[in-house]
Amino acid sequence: MSAIAAASSVMEVLANYPPGAENLIAILQEVQEHDGYLSETALRGLAAAMEVSENEIYAVASFYTHFRFRPPATHTIHVCQGTACHVRGGYQILYDFEERLGIRAGEMTPDLNFGLERVACVGCCALAPVVLVDGTVRAGMKPKTVRSLLSQLGRQPGATPA
Amino acid sequence: MISLEQAYTAARERWQALRTSPVPIFFVGAATCGRAAGAGETIERLRAEIQTRGLQAQVIETGCLGPCALEPLIIVHKPDTVRTCFAKVGPGEAVQILERHVLGNDPCGEWAVSRVGPDGWDAVSILAHEPMMRGQVRRVLANCGVISPEDIDHYLARDGYRGFQQALSIGPDAIVDAVKRAGLRGRGGAGFPTWRKWEACRQTPADQRYLICNADEGDPGAFMDRSLIEGDPHAVLEGMLIAALALGASRGFIYCRAEYPLAIVRLQVAIRQAQALGLLGDNILGSGFSFEVSIKKGAGAFVCGEETALIASIEGRRPMPQPRPPFPAVSGLWGKPTIIQNVETLANLPLILRHGPEWYTELGSGTSRGTKTFSLAGKVKRTGLIEVPMGITLRQIVEEIGGGGIDGKAIKAVQTGGPSGGCIPAAKFDLPADYESLVAAGSIMGSGGMVVLDEDTCVVDLARYFMSFTQSESCGKCPPCRVGTRAMLFLLERIVAGKGTADDLQRLDNLAQTVARGSLCGLGQTAPNPVLTTLRYFQHEYEEHIDKQQCTAFVCRSLIRHHIDPERCPGCTACVKVCPTAAIDGVRGAPHVINPEMCSQCGSCLSVCPPIHAAVYRTSGDLTRYEPRSEKRKSGAAAQDLESAACD
Repeated sequence: MSAIAAASSVMEVLANYPPGAENLIAILQEVQEHDGYLSETALRGLAAAMEVSENEIYAVASFYTHFRFRPPATHTIHVCQGTACHVRGGYQILYDFEERLGIRAGEMTPDLNFGLERVACVGCCALAPVVLVDGTVRAGMKPKTVRSLLSQLGRQPGATPA
Repeated sequence: MISLEQAYTAARERWQALRTSPVPIFFVGAATCGRAAGAGETIERLRAEIQTRGLQAQVIETGCLGPCALEPLIIVHKPDTVRTCFAKVGPGEAVQILERHVLGNDPCGEWAVSRVGPDGWDAVSILAHEPMMRGQVRRVLANCGVISPEDIDHYLARDGYRGFQQALSIGPDAIVDAVKRAGLRGRGGAGFPTWRKWEACRQTPADQRYLICNADEGDPGAFMDRSLIEGDPHAVLEGMLIAALALGASRGFIYCRAEYPLAIVRLQVAIRQAQALGLLGDNILGSGFSFEVSIKKGAGAFVCGEETALIASIEGRRPMPQPRPPFPAVSGLWGKPTIIQNVETLANLPLILRHGPEWYTELGSGTSRGTKTFSLAGKVKRTGLIEVPMGITLRQIVEEIGGGGIDGKAIKAVQTGGPSGGCIPAAKFDLPADYESLVAAGSIMGSGGMVVLDEDTCVVDLARYFMSFTQSESCGKCPPCRVGTRAMLFLLERIVAGKGTADDLQRLDNLAQTVARGSLCGLGQTAPNPVLTTLRYFQHEYEEHIDKQQCTAFVCRSLIRHHIDPERCPGCTACVKVCPTAAIDGVRGAPHVINPEMCSQCGSCLSVCPPIHAAVYRTSGDLTRYEPRSEKRKSGAAAQDLESAACD
């Protein structure tokens, strides 16, 4: 994303909103949807256009778990850590992804193919444990499905001996 | 614009036409949970089949009927016969049902769960034979899973917006009186009497008042509000109209979490439809009352469940709670009197106005009147969305509706109220599910999340889980919460790691009291509840972790060891393949061995070891535990595991 393109996405988004801080979160959400993340350029452009300091915008954005300040990976896997998922083994599923991808939750694989995130709850508790793969819910996860899911997404089975 | 009465007439005609349709109709439950179970594929396939075969048939997406384990659920209207409800209908099953049942005469008994009589227009009557429906009622959820949530005519045909019209005719004072006589209390957590909050707002002089619908549903383990919005969004809008009229609010916001994209879409559609009929906007139905609603998408912050934090978030600020008073009812959004109500509370208002407080209070017990929706999840046989009269016992909910433990496991407790609530042990299951009884037991009603725990759930680990949640969601403004939750988490982590000391329990208890009393907002004040209730009812489990380094539930990884019994292991390699740390050695046909140095105790091997062998066993402290060994291949998940292990 070039600096000019990022800044122009900000201007595009801002055109849809009346001035004022009230819509800051909605604007940030839309910029992120457009650019994939909140770049420094975008935040700087936003601060100038909204006539507030970059600090103020960053203060709001960094509070919420949804906002990213780095480009996302090709595939993002959100492992639900809701209560129902937890008691039905969601922590095991997260652990399995961590081991197989060799990263911790909140990180990306070095090839930027996979990002692993926790999510507090996606509200599919009755089908626990669940994960979101690029936004799509996969229900009733098991260690075995972790393995097949990753190979479907093009991940070579790393830790498993041939 | 057509008049509302004309719209009602047209809606009723369309609804009637649907009931007597000369062409087949497939009603597919397509809420988020249904979609997760595959309803999206079922719908796509049905539509494609109908098109390629050139059939006259309709597919209608509905919300959630409740029993998630039966998803995807579809109801099939075949002309001139009774409707049939089918469960677990994937794309393949859907085509079979189309071919054999709709086009042929086969009842498709393998998937049919009930014949639906002409009056079967809510989940309880549709699924009357399902044990999960026993003891349930459908009032708030009456339309869920039955109507198309994206068609206002369906809502109108079922007397939608009649409650609002009644509200318009009786006026604000009488609305408040009706809500007071109905005994309506907030369904979002604390159960504060709704009318009292409204009075505080009404008595504050102001040129502008706001109404906020809290659809942030941040409690992990709760999904009632999502299901309600996805299944019947107009009920929430009608509730907002009634509340706004009573309060004199001209502007409303729905604060909905971004994790619920489908709910947001359904609300957007509903708002547009209500605007088109003049039910939202200026001078609604010529009454002089004006009301606009906009949706605000949350961005992932549990603290927004706190009223003052939610207000800050709508204003575009960091959601840090403010000291109260002033209460938002007096000074809230942009300093104006503001009422925040939970989704379910709002959806109760049309019912009270339409049927009257006497009808409303027929159900319930003591000072908890009406019904309550719960999301039943966790280690229970039948999970899903339920609605019951308040005051029925926890036993009825967990054992009769939920069907008890999975695979005959003993149920240990039920967790209500999420991170603000507590664990109520099975010995107390005769408690009625009402606001006061749950508080007396150390928990809260909360918004309705009910997570069942069985013998395989470690309550110490669960307390640690909740504390890690509240610790990371603490906004950091006040030290008792910011520092206290961290200190409590540290102690709990130490205990589950088997490094706890004898005086840690006293320390935990002291900290819990301090955090509860010293925190600024509800998040901190209630954060110790999961710890306090587990200490109260399950102190022995804490002591086992500390004194014996033993986790009886075999959950706490530092305290368990996995082993393979060479006598039982035939060497099928299922565990070798699944082990994420490559800790298992072995070739096909020879017993496998776990290398303890490399094993992370994740339990993957245990989960894939075919029950016919049950060769993986665990030890913890003084305990050794084998999984039950089955003589033959069983149906369901175990058999699949077995088969796929064998084919791998």
